[in-house]
Amino acid sequence: MTEQIDAGMVARRIAESDRLGSPDPSREIGRARRRKEDARLITGRTLWTDDIQLPGMLYVAFLRSPMAHARIARVDTSAARTQPGVVAVYSGRDFAGEQGNLPCAWPVSEDIVIPDHPPMAVEEVRYVGEAVACVVATDRYKAADALEAIEVDYEPLEPVLDMTEALAEGSPKVHEAGNRAFTWKFSGGDVEAAFRDAPVLIERTYVQQRLIPTAMEPRAVVATTDGTAFTLYSSTQIPHVLRVMLALTTGIPEHLLRVVAPDVGGGFGSKLQVTAEEVLCLLLTRRIGKPVKWTESRSEGNLTAHHGRDQLQRIALAAERDGRIRGMRADLLADMGAYLMLVTPGIPILGAFMYNGIYKMDAYDFTCTGVFTTKMPTDAYRGAGRPEATFAIERAVDELAHELGMDPVELRRRNWITHQEFPYTTIAGLTYDSGNYEAATDRALALFGYDKLRAEQADRRDRRDPVQLGIGVSTYTEMCGLAPSRVLGSLSYGAGGWEHAAVRLLPTGKVEVVTGTSPHGQGHETAWSQIAADAMGVPFEDVSVLHGDTTVAPRGMDTYGSRSLVIGGVAVLQACEKVKEKARKLAAHMLEASPEDIEFSGGTFTVRGTSAGKTIQELALAAFAAHDLPEGFEPRLDAEVTFDPQNFSFPHGTHLCAVEVDTETGLTKIRSYVAVDDVGTVVNPLIVEGQVHGGIAQGIGQALFEEAVHDAEGNLLTTTMTDYLIPSAADLPEFVTDRTETPATSNVLGAKGVGEAGTIAATPAVVNAVVDALRPYGVRDVRMPCSPERIWRAIGESGGAAAGWAGPTESEGGER
Amino acid sequence: MPRITVTVDGIVYEEEVEPRLLLVHFLRDRLGKTGTPVGCDTGNCGACTVMLDGRSAKSCSVLAVQADGSDVVTIEGLAQNGTLHPMQEAFHAEHALQCGYCTPGMIMAAVDLLKDDPDPSDEAIRHGLEGNLCRCTGYCNIVKAVRRAAQEMSGEGVRTS
Ligand code: FES
Ligand code: FES
Repeated sequence: MTEQIDAGMVARRIAESDRLGSPDPSREIGRARRRKEDARLITGRTLWTDDIQLPGMLYVAFLRSPMAHARIARVDTSAARTQPGVVAVYSGRDFAGEQGNLPCAWPVSEDIVIPDHPPMAVEEVRYVGEAVACVVATDRYKAADALEAIEVDYEPLEPVLDMTEALAEGSPKVHEAGNRAFTWKFSGGDVEAAFRDAPVLIERTYVQQRLIPTAMEPRAVVATTDGTAFTLYSSTQIPHVLRVMLALTTGIPEHLLRVVAPDVGGGFGSKLQVTAEEVLCLLLTRRIGKPVKWTESRSEGNLTAHHGRDQLQRIALAAERDGRIRGMRADLLADMGAYLMLVTPGIPILGAFMYNGIYKMDAYDFTCTGVFTTKMPTDAYRGAGRPEATFAIERAVDELAHELGMDPVELRRRNWITHQEFPYTTIAGLTYDSGNYEAATDRALALFGYDKLRAEQADRRDRRDPVQLGIGVSTYTEMCGLAPSRVLGSLSYGAGGWEHAAVRLLPTGKVEVVTGTSPHGQGHETAWSQIAADAMGVPFEDVSVLHGDTTVAPRGMDTYGSRSLVIGGVAVLQACEKVKEKARKLAAHMLEASPEDIEFSGGTFTVRGTSAGKTIQELALAAFAAHDLPEGFEPRLDAEVTFDPQNFSFPHGTHLCAVEVDTETGLTKIRSYVAVDDVGTVVNPLIVEGQVHGGIAQGIGQALFEEAVHDAEGNLLTTTMTDYLIPSAADLPEFVTDRTETPATSNVLGAKGVGEAGTIAATPAVVNAVVDALRPYGVRDVRMPCSPERIWRAIGESGGAAAGWAGPTESEGGER
Repeated sequence: MPRITVTVDGIVYEEEVEPRLLLVHFLRDRLGKTGTPVGCDTGNCGACTVMLDGRSAKSCSVLAVQADGSDVVTIEGLAQNGTLHPMQEAFHAEHALQCGYCTPGMIMAAVDLLKDDPDPSDEAIRHGLEGNLCRCTGYCNIVKAVRRAAQEMSGEGVRTS
């Protein structure tokens, strides 16, 4: 059936490519290829981890703490053991000698406190949802039933929920060592001087609410063993990192452990983790000798798949009256939750280099204190530290513009790095290799109809229209392509940032690309095929991309931080070039010419100035047959490359959002949204556009809808999709997207990365728009998510900046 | 245990099931019809959407016993004689999926949407698919895909296969 599907689509695919415009029809790079991945996904023939069935497989369910903080006095599993279908029941104590601690690979400071983090709690629970016991049974229903028969006695302890209170003298402690995990400082320029006698000072506090990443595929794990070797299937973004970490954690030798990421249904950072469930499933299969499977329910996932953001940001901006920014201070509290997981403490630190945004300034100072609370640990969520930074600077710049009575776009122009100034080393010490903020902004303003919307806004203000129009600007950049290994080392991260690729030319001339990146929706199979097809001069259809299995693709650093194309894609290109160098030697030998005289074009090696040539397919077969090879030539045409970047890449863009805010109900409607992004060279514009769309949707989600809410006891209230609101189709507008293309100079592809861009840009664009709509009321901030209630209250509390702008609270007596 | 007879993707199954067994688990765990995934436990996400007697239904919110005597079509049975349904084609053509986890349910819901409204506006599509959540695409291309499929199915589009 696959053949029929593909054949039926060929003609249309070509037509599509034309419609979207391919810069060079003879090239794959830049072409809007329809994705190879789709065929299995639109027909239900893909393989998710929960689809896996193995002979004799057993199902695991976890009993989870109902308390945010308690001592475990007693766990009685005896009744559960006798339930029908139950094979085993264990508490944390049963694994105490064996389970070790979940790893933290990013000890950001010398004095960081890294508490023990057993996969199943033994003595104490520190967040609602922490596993305390597990059942292994013959089906998922029986496993869930037996949980109810486990008895646990808890001695309640004080929950610790607020970061500021957690740091106060006398606060109850999450861990013996106290609630401060670390303090990390960074400074550039003379900050004192920049702030001394500053003509304009903007000081704000922003709350980055806690988010739940909410990949649509819930996490799932299958573990199996033959008694010697182990295989772990997991819905993970990081099979390679996971394998190393699981070997270190469980003591299973690395060479006897295979980790497979089958198709993975989204991650957004939430599957960049070494989870308790992965460790425990391995230990369970080791103990029981049968394959085991665990699949989380959504409510279990909301509780226990790591959360994102959750920072309190104190921001100060010093500026001249003409708008020139002198300096910036950022002082953060970052909620770690109850433990430090894989890169928990590193997340806010990733933002440290981005608070200055795209702007020139004389001085910058950053301090971050990581705080323990009795909540689920936080960790990477799309953007990871950088959305928080961009939000703060883009919100503060808007406040500065308002303070100065200046147009927010004009203020940005006065401060941003101009096109001529690249490469530019920022006050945070990063060297931005390329960019063109002018071009992206001009394109965005034109698409948006900025002036016309400003005129409408003025009109609505004049008319005292109850529905006010707000315009939000966000000019962002981000550091992508994580990361140069030496930089990661200098930041105390536990691993490198290289990526690996292998390219194999098969005897029939087909090409296998093996990549260490691990896609979960991005479309690497398509994009990597395009890169290899161009480089090798073979048809797109003749390339297959292998990934996500440590046996098949043994080396890699996986997928996160907008790194896959910028590092992994470059590795693929370089491996292709290496294969071609070998092929060139073989061609020269067969054509009786010197390698220097051999030219390559469109898949054929020819002797310069003649028509004599060999196709890459002919060379593949010749290498396989090995009858007549050059002296010392190994009979294979393949190559491997491990690429370690010299610098980050810096995509940027300008996002503009227009909102209509009904000041009587507080309801916000996004009227239009324009995004012009510069992600450097584009391999597949369709994939890039899709990433931007999805990113914007998540950024809007943070701005308007999403928040993980806890009650006073530390219970998560938003455990279901009814309570934790990810945007539906009805909540979002059509996005207008366009691109400018300023190639990165830091890699041979010229690519910059696009996975996180939309999310980073969108949140401040939307909130700036909401606040802009409410300026006449004297509102200068609305806490995220900007729900109708929060907006309504903000209008009421502001009291109205000018006569006649009083909000609904005054007349209706609203209260806090 | 109750005995049920259900036709799934054209094949008749006669099975004994626990009364509490959800249709989606019956499909996945009992019949191996893993094309239909599960995304939540509260009937919100729509990932599990199938056709139940010709109308879309969230198979996590239906008991297997309730499907007794019914005809179920899953994403695995949507293509006919090796030819993709126009909605499947359209999702591919418009890049309306990324991770693809929401896609089976989204496609089934969209097919049902067009039964009621063969020529929906963008707004009608967005509201019609409100019960199907996607975390990857931002929905723009899903809306385009549904529109494209509507055109194809009304005979306006040019079918090349
Ligand atoms: S799994 Fe059925 S609606 Fe979510
Ligand atoms: S494509 Fe991933 S959830 Fe929709």
